Amino acid sequence: MTTLEYGPLDDGPLEYAPAPEARSIVAIRPSYDLFIDGEFTEAKSEERIVTVNPADEQPLAEVAAAGEADVDRAFTAARRAYEGVWSRLPGAERGKYLFRIARIIQERARELAVLESLDNGKPIKETRDVDVPLAAAHFFYHAGWADKLAHAGLGPSPRPLGVVAQVIPWNFPLLMLAWKIAPALACGNTVVLKPAETTPLTALVFAEICQEADLPPGVVNIVTGAGDTGRAVVAHPEADKIAFTGSTEVGREIARAVAGTGRRLTLELGGKGANIVYDDAPLDQAVEGIVTGIFFNQGHVCCAGSRLLVQESLAEELLPRLRARIERLRLGDPLDKNTDIGAINSAAQLARIRELAEAGANEGAEPWSPACAIPERGYWYPPTVFTGVAQSHRIAREEIFGPVLSVLTFRTPEEAVTKANNTPYGLSAGVWTEKGSRMLWTAARLRAGVVWCNTFNQFDPASPFGGYKESGYGREGGRHGLEAYLG
Amino acid sequence: MPDTVPGSLRAYLHGLPGVDEVGVRRRAADLATRSVKTTAKARAIDLAIRMVDLTTLEGADTPGKVRAMAAKAVRPDPADPTAPPVAAVCVYPDMAAVAAQALAGTEVAVASVATGFPAGRTPLEVKLADTRAAVAAGATEIDMVIDRGAFLAGDYGKVFEEIAAVKEACGEAHLKVILETGELACYDNVRRASWLALHAGADFIKTSTGKVTPAATPPITLIMLEAVRDYRALTGRQAGVKPAGGIRTTKDAIRYLVLVNEVAGPDWLSPAHFRLGASTLLNDLLMQRAKLATGHYGGPDYYTLD
Repeated sequence: MTTLEYGPLDDGPLEYAPAPEARSIVAIRPSYDLFIDGEFTEAKSEERIVTVNPADEQPLAEVAAAGEADVDRAFTAARRAYEGVWSRLPGAERGKYLFRIARIIQERARELAVLESLDNGKPIKETRDVDVPLAAAHFFYHAGWADKLAHAGLGPSPRPLGVVAQVIPWNFPLLMLAWKIAPALACGNTVVLKPAETTPLTALVFAEICQEADLPPGVVNIVTGAGDTGRAVVAHPEADKIAFTGSTEVGREIARAVAGTGRRLTLELGGKGANIVYDDAPLDQAVEGIVTGIFFNQGHVCCAGSRLLVQESLAEELLPRLRARIERLRLGDPLDKNTDIGAINSAAQLARIRELAEAGANEGAEPWSPACAIPERGYWYPPTVFTGVAQSHRIAREEIFGPVLSVLTFRTPEEAVTKANNTPYGLSAGVWTEKGSRMLWTAARLRAGVVWCNTFNQFDPASPFGGYKESGYGREGGRHGLEAYLG
Repeated sequence: MPDTVPGSLRAYLHGLPGVDEVGVRRRAADLATRSVKTTAKARAIDLAIRMVDLTTLEGADTPGKVRAMAAKAVRPDPADPTAPPVAAVCVYPDMAAVAAQALAGTEVAVASVATGFPAGRTPLEVKLADTRAAVAAGATEIDMVIDRGAFLAGDYGKVFEEIAAVKEACGEAHLKVILETGELACYDNVRRASWLALHAGADFIKTSTGKVTPAATPPITLIMLEAVRDYRALTGRQAGVKPAGGIRTTKDAIRYLVLVNEVAGPDWLSPAHFRLGASTLLNDLLMQRAKLATGHYGGPDYYTLD
């Protein structure tokens, strides 16, 4: 009698058949206007921007590039809405609108997830399970605050600031919009928001959602465009407050422009997060956390754990496990439900990643990537791990904003903390150990706005997020985040 | 790896890397979102059928019941001869002879629980006699239970010696060691018990008896798959994993196959190294199989209840 003598599957391992999410749920219009004063209105500026699908370089739609006159109209509408309606509305009423928006986001979740994947290149698994649910959660959370602001610890009757200029990045287009708009509206401000030039589409669907929710005209205005539009938005004299998420370089430029004007500013900028793994870490989960830390959203995450600091005594055991795990990542069609790694958002970003990776190799660090097929069209970069990295290498100091991990080692907890803090940034850090006292000792010494313990890249609207040093200032989310929108 | 230096076994097991509960649950939940459809699904269903240990472990088991189940094991779908047979039938030791007779000449193996299943609260001599009797009656696979009392009391040496002794009593028969993870209290213990059983000679490590809740869960199976993966990397010997209890639907079964594929690797995707201990699962697999082939569901009445 044969018992355990079956061979493996005759025709190879368990291959997942393609499982693409249906694109038909999204109706992308060929062209989009600006959303000002509750209406989609044609831009005065004739300049247009084409947004492409980074996974195949096919154009998706054309959007307006708002000029100064268009931005001016948006601010006029926002001011009128602020003074005429929104600032006078009781908090409970503002909350109702926010709850309504949150529910509509949930109702249109699938459409938003597919559209976000198409426009950004990130896998549908992430837009479906992270971006869109978290965006809805931010509106729900802040809807709850709208009538309780007197209890936020910011004085007995905190006042809104007025009209807020908001400029958001391309890495989490809808989620960053939610992080900006939800608290601003909950606190009684009105907004002029500029989405990133490569990812404007979900913001424009959000404009439709505002209409659907009957949000009073002018409370939310969305002006699409590139750098010039962004400059016009943040420099507009009607802006009482500026909120920016993006690169440190642009953040610096904005800080210079705003300095001395008396206008409020919050900046959420770059990072070079350290993920510290001690030799008593829960090993398999640490491997997962390292992968999530750097390969989530193709590493297009300002709080990515892009520097792995592993205790030298563990490095030899950890690295083969990490490589074996990375071998299993599935790179490809962002709309396939089994895709783990999607496309790089733009040709410009791909060039930046390539430049820094080349610098890493030239400076003597050793790159490794799994054998994975790269699609012919589109912008792609394979998951990459650099070992033998020194603190002085560019890949250990500069933000790559791509799926590239730099591995450094340390010998003692003191050395781990010193190396982790030895960066101009200070946005995020991770600590992996099973020993509670070491965890607390380390976390207390890390100069980073967010420290994750035995996990990484976890987000919650109730938890404040923001940076130290060149990673910016101000907090978003939680009770602390309200402070940025109240006077 | 017996406890030669006093305390060395304990030091070894407690020196294994810890398991972060939140992290392991998250990983299991993440893998549960894999989408296995069309051709991949058809192949996964057939593989899952070939991995089933069709089980009846009731006080009311009779020769008639066991014979009927054996017939189903050999030809699960009377209407479709292309449906593969299951891996084994799993019965109590006193039914092993009946099962062996009914399955003679087929490729379906006879597995018997032993060692005072399910509680395991009998003296070692009784456990060994139980094992030998099952093997003598024709069982080629023995599913033993560990002494959870000894394990939780920290007497790892006793657990190790018992497994080693039962392994010896098995002779040629393959040994599956049931950890009864539902009684082990935490994930760290699941990892320790897995390594203990593997070092003591287990051919398979199995989650549960099916008599305790919770039985098999994806996070627990994931931890055991990591153990056999790492054990092979360390020793070169490839042991198997068998989740048992509570796996009822095709969706569940496919999720377990995804765990195997992505945690241990494709080398484990065969009945030689992965089994599903189940009874009601088989009919759901057959219904889904027919649905894929014909485009419509037959009702439950079209599948035999043996």
